[in-house]
Amino acid sequence: MTRIHDLAVVGAGPAGVAGALTAALAGLDVVLVDGAGRPGGQYFRRPAEGFHAARPGALHHGLDRFTRQWEALRERAEVLLSTRVWAVERADGAITVRCLEGDREERPRTVTARGLLVATGAHDRPLPFPGWDLPGVLTAGGAQALLKGDLVVAGRRVVVAGTGPFLLPVAAGLADAGAQVLGVHEANRRFGLARHPLLAAGRAAEALGYAARLARHRVPYSGREAVIAAHGETALTHVTVASLDAAWRPLSTRTVECDTLACGYGFVPQLDLPLQLDCATRRDPDGGPVVAVDAGMRTSVPGVYAAGEATGVGGAALAEVEGRIAGRAAAADLGRPTPPDPALSRRRDRLAAFARALQGAYPLRPGWQDWLRDDTLVCRCEEVPLSAVREAQAMGAVDARSVKLLARPGMGWCQGRMCGYAVACLVGEDPAPPRRPIAQPVRLGDLAARARPAPDGRKTSSEG
Amino acid sequence: MPDVVVVGAGVVGAACAYYAARAGLDVLVVDRGAVAGGTTGAGEGNVLVSDKGPGPELDLALLSNRLWRDLAADGPDGGPDGGFEFEAKGGLVVAETDEVLEALTGLAGEQGVECVAVAAGELGDYEPHLAKGLAGGVFYPHDAQVQPMLAAARLIRRGAERFGHGALMLRTGVTVTGFLRDGDRVTGVTTSCGDILAGAVVNAAGTWGGEIAALAGVRVPILPRRGFILVTEPLAGPLIRHKVYTAGYVTAVASDSEGLETSAVVESTPSGPVLIGASRERVGFDRTISVPVLERLARQAVELFPALAAYRVIRAYCGFRPYCPDHLPVIGEDPRVPGLYHACGHEGAGIGLAPATGHLIARLLAGLDPDLDLAPFSPDRFPQEAS
Repeated sequence: MTRIHDLAVVGAGPAGVAGALTAALAGLDVVLVDGAGRPGGQYFRRPAEGFHAARPGALHHGLDRFTRQWEALRERAEVLLSTRVWAVERADGAITVRCLEGDREERPRTVTARGLLVATGAHDRPLPFPGWDLPGVLTAGGAQALLKGDLVVAGRRVVVAGTGPFLLPVAAGLADAGAQVLGVHEANRRFGLARHPLLAAGRAAEALGYAARLARHRVPYSGREAVIAAHGETALTHVTVASLDAAWRPLSTRTVECDTLACGYGFVPQLDLPLQLDCATRRDPDGGPVVAVDAGMRTSVPGVYAAGEATGVGGAALAEVEGRIAGRAAAADLGRPTPPDPALSRRRDRLAAFARALQGAYPLRPGWQDWLRDDTLVCRCEEVPLSAVREAQAMGAVDARSVKLLARPGMGWCQGRMCGYAVACLVGEDPAPPRRPIAQPVRLGDLAARARPAPDGRKTSSEG
Repeated sequence: MPDVVVVGAGVVGAACAYYAARAGLDVLVVDRGAVAGGTTGAGEGNVLVSDKGPGPELDLALLSNRLWRDLAADGPDGGPDGGFEFEAKGGLVVAETDEVLEALTGLAGEQGVECVAVAAGELGDYEPHLAKGLAGGVFYPHDAQVQPMLAAARLIRRGAERFGHGALMLRTGVTVTGFLRDGDRVTGVTTSCGDILAGAVVNAAGTWGGEIAALAGVRVPILPRRGFILVTEPLAGPLIRHKVYTAGYVTAVASDSEGLETSAVVESTPSGPVLIGASRERVGFDRTISVPVLERLARQAVELFPALAAYRVIRAYCGFRPYCPDHLPVIGEDPRVPGLYHACGHEGAGIGLAPATGHLIARLLAGLDPDLDLAPFSPDRFPQEAS
């Protein structure tokens, strides 16, 4: 008999761990699944065992708190790390989570639960520009992972570019770790939020703190600037930095020699699993789709909850609060007594308002399309240049989906996770909710295994 | 004012427009979405003669097969693939048991199509990675493959470039909302972007062809049949040389079953991935993923090519094949509505049958006799229901 848990949580970042722990403390039988070998998600990513960084906590706000939650959770719930989810299904009031377990030798594994909390976070949102496919060009999140994951940065000459406050901890972390950070180029105004009434929320102080750390390392932080091209024969040797007008069109350029470029233009929530279940979505202020939830983080599908970046990019503090709210809702919906906690809801409202304000202060402007040349790759997996996208449009591909069908951007390994936003912009539409019936590559042999008739000739349950 | 408005920019609409423009008519193609955005964009690109029993559809398929070869050879750059990845790769139909093999070779004898019986011991010469233990098969050299979305888009582009200014135009994002009439006769369409007058209207709306017909007040029973396809990671070299499928595919194509049917159809593509079909279900326009269906497709593919087990599926998609109760397409002028021509209902064979359909419609539009008997495809062959 398959064990049926009360709640399956996908994602061991701040939202998933807080949600799982809250639900477990409320008496639910919880299982938590994450694809990484260690908990923390993107935010609390930690070096693998064996690196023994002197003070890993130094890189993280709130890591101690997260670690306490994680330890508490491990005593109260089943935890499956290195377990990637490739599909979720819902039938007869139960959720089936189809996973691949293991790092090198992966095995199929199925988890069943009465409820599901989606806390799958977000991934980087890169913008294409000439040379962005050169070795040495990383996403800001990739640079952060480099820093938090294996700590190999010392001696590098790094340029950081993009938009949003996330650039600051990336640059500060790199500088603290010994990299020579040559500059941080913010495509919007530097302190876009400084004039916003929500400055009072206190987070601006955190931003100013990073700015002070950058100043200590003598790292220039400039606004209305971007890296619009990367150069090098086999690896990155220099970049073109441009000053921009308000629409991000280049005004003047200069060259900066460097061996590493970290670029980040925000984040794209991971929506594959909720969309497999047909959860309703709404538009975030930046035009991208996010899962629509009620005050209890319930999605439109009964028994399915979402917390963290999947419901709108808002950072680790908001994600944790949302996880706790979702965990409480899941417990309440399964009949566990959960007294109301209005303070938690107020905190979520405040942090969510701040997140919306941040998105408003650091928008993407259409002038980045002027950085591209005909031969600039828009999709790196399938090596699709801008000219092929334009040709597809000229042949009648008026939306992102038909451009993909004709010119193949988004058809490759990443399934449009990297290029989807840019392609949508190039065809002039808001990005559509991504349809990925297979959220992780899965071996045909593993997919086939469950459909194989049992040795005695009876069909397996999947064919019932 | 165009001579013809074609409703639908899928591969069938594109072929109708291309051949009509070639016949000297001015053609406007309208689509509510993008080019190849419907069933064409969810197909495999099958150009098959092997899967059809003797009869009108096989005649149509043979004509279409010749026309696909002509279109590919006639590409703008003179390349062999016509600009739409045409591959005359041939199809290998395999039988698991002697009984099935007997039925398969029996069918091949009746078809009168060029084919080669392949004994069990010779299967490996055609497909080195094919599973051992199969009873044998039949090889059809005429079976071919196109990239259907490129085929639709490039046929329209080619027509626009080749047949003179204004001969073939495409307007996307235009939804047909009704018909303009002069008495019984259709004189154009009303659309979300205004009225379009035309001498004739071609309904090439595929799975939605019944809805267009209904706007003209006639019943053409076309329903969706859902099919899933799995796409693997790109393979370094072609593991599979031909289009390979099990004999069960032939019976599934013609089946009237309401329930799920799956049969293995496996092939490599020029871009590297392997495509794995085919499932058929009548579930309306439901796009919800069905993991059991994907699992069955995977199992059947691995049973046919055990080496595939190690490769990863990175994508799956579904589409809605337009089918009529008798599994034949609807091709020809509607006697109930003069001026309205139907070119839809091709079920899973629309890519393969598109050029012949376009060619025949163009002949009708130009006032010429069709060179194939269209009676089996007549739009009013279905019993009328009280509406």
